[in-house]
Amino acid sequence: MTNLFNTKTKQLEGEIDGYLDRVTTAGLIFLEGVRAYVGGKNDKFERNYKEISVLETDADNVRRDIKHKLYTYMLIPESRGDVLGLLETLDDIVDICEKVLEQFSIETPVIPDFLKSDFIELAELSCKSVEEVVKGARAFFRDIAMVSDFVNRVHFYEHEADNVEEHLKRGIFNSDEIEDFSQKVHMRYFAEKIVAVSDVAESVAERLAVYAIKRRI
Amino acid sequence: MLTVIFFLSSGLFLGWSLGANNAANFFGTAVATRMIKFKTAAIICSIFLILGAVASGAGTAETLGKLGAINTFAGAFVVASAAAITSFFMTKIGLPISTSQAIVGGIIGWNFYSHTSTDLSVLYKIAGTWVFSPILTAIIAFLLFYLTKKIVESSKVHILHIDYYTRIGLLIVGAFGSYSLGANNIGNVMGIFVKLSPFKEISVAGIFHLSSAQQLFFIGGIAIAIGVFTYSKKVMMTIGSGIFKLSPVTALVVVLATSITLFLFASQGLYDFLASHHLPTFPLVPVSSSQAVVGAVMGISFAKGGRNMNFKKLGQISLAWIATPIASAIISYIFLFFMQNVFMQSVFK
Repeated sequence: MTNLFNTKTKQLEGEIDGYLDRVTTAGLIFLEGVRAYVGGKNDKFERNYKEISVLETDADNVRRDIKHKLYTYMLIPESRGDVLGLLETLDDIVDICEKVLEQFSIETPVIPDFLKSDFIELAELSCKSVEEVVKGARAFFRDIAMVSDFVNRVHFYEHEADNVEEHLKRGIFNSDEIEDFSQKVHMRYFAEKIVAVSDVAESVAERLAVYAIKRRI
Repeated sequence: MLTVIFFLSSGLFLGWSLGANNAANFFGTAVATRMIKFKTAAIICSIFLILGAVASGAGTAETLGKLGAINTFAGAFVVASAAAITSFFMTKIGLPISTSQAIVGGIIGWNFYSHTSTDLSVLYKIAGTWVFSPILTAIIAFLLFYLTKKIVESSKVHILHIDYYTRIGLLIVGAFGSYSLGANNIGNVMGIFVKLSPFKEISVAGIFHLSSAQQLFFIGGIAIAIGVFTYSKKVMMTIGSGIFKLSPVTALVVVLATSITLFLFASQGLYDFLASHHLPTFPLVPVSSSQAVVGAVMGISFAKGGRNMNFKKLGQISLAWIATPIASAIISYIFLFFMQNVFMQSVFK
């Protein structure tokens, strides 16, 4: 009985870890995709976009499987909802990463040279906040006392991303280089889309903080 | 025989009420949070309760016997009824009382009525234990909590494993708690009938002996078990979710600390062991599991730096120590008067 449980738990533990790996990977592909697009490497960008689409479907399947197992034989009932809630909000991160690359692929915004570094920095900060929130989620499962540490880091990177976003927007609208107002709006739109990744990471972090308080001994 | 069953009925009712109210202290968390099915909890609780009552119930029953040797069935019936009624009303007004305090009051009422002197040294020992038991539980819970926290935090066990161990732990500790409850509290239910027991000793193939008192405890244990099956679920749903606010692992510590306290004050084996090694012993006195739970919660609050300290609850417990025996003694005295003079039953010899 104990062995059977241990095997099943180990399996589920592995699946949860695997799911978290996918979320981190989604953040990294997102960053690589933005870098490739901004750097004009269209082939690489399209490859990244395909990769993230496959990853998104895969992550959904893994999450559904975990959900089923959690409800069948694991966890105390009070925590089940929290764990599922956490996994579902983490899924929003994967979704938004894929959506942003999809929009780049469809709308092909023209990014002037002087804005490129800001766009990349924004994507880096968003990716960093995703990495930290995933570390926080891992801590929730194994080392709950550390969760708040990672939650703080997410808040920090999200705040930094907001600052870069503001700087970027001011740069866009004060610029004489971009003549069309429509292009300015288009740039602003993409800045907001990239920063939205860190916003989602922050909302996951906030949930995580509450779940961790509930689980603290 | 019918008369005996009739007179035993008040004790059995007291047993029923004990099972209905106290099982929640050991399985409330597990059942209220659906970690263990009520049916599983009730079966385990009942089996271990009866085991504890039969195997280790004699010690506390003997202590109560020393307080007042009730010598007629009618007298015992009235004392148990007075205790049952007091428990019922005190619980109704929301005081965390125990049958232990009610039965002691009932016995003292009988002593007064029958002009038997109350052995004050026994009374002091019992009252001292009531005060000491929540404090001891608080200390045990404090230490257990500290230890558990350290182990869980340093071992970095996966949440899935923690929950599995908690679930199993609640089941095992619940069984241990039920055993201790049976051993410690059966004296309240059947103790006053022990000297009047009509049963003869049963011996099976010279190996298995069941004394007259043990048969009585067995019947009392069944009454407690019926209380567990018929009414405790409701109590578990109310109390269990309250304790659970502390987190599942902490709830496990509360149940374990309470079980240990009840065991310490009921185990004849431990008493003999400590006495033979010239160590201080724990008096075999029926204590209150509900008050022990409050003590445990306090101990944990203290370990957390004084958060969630409920001083109102402490005040209520102190009030219960005094109010319950007095109320029960008065009711017992009045009922004895009626039994003697209206129903013409001799309540003492």
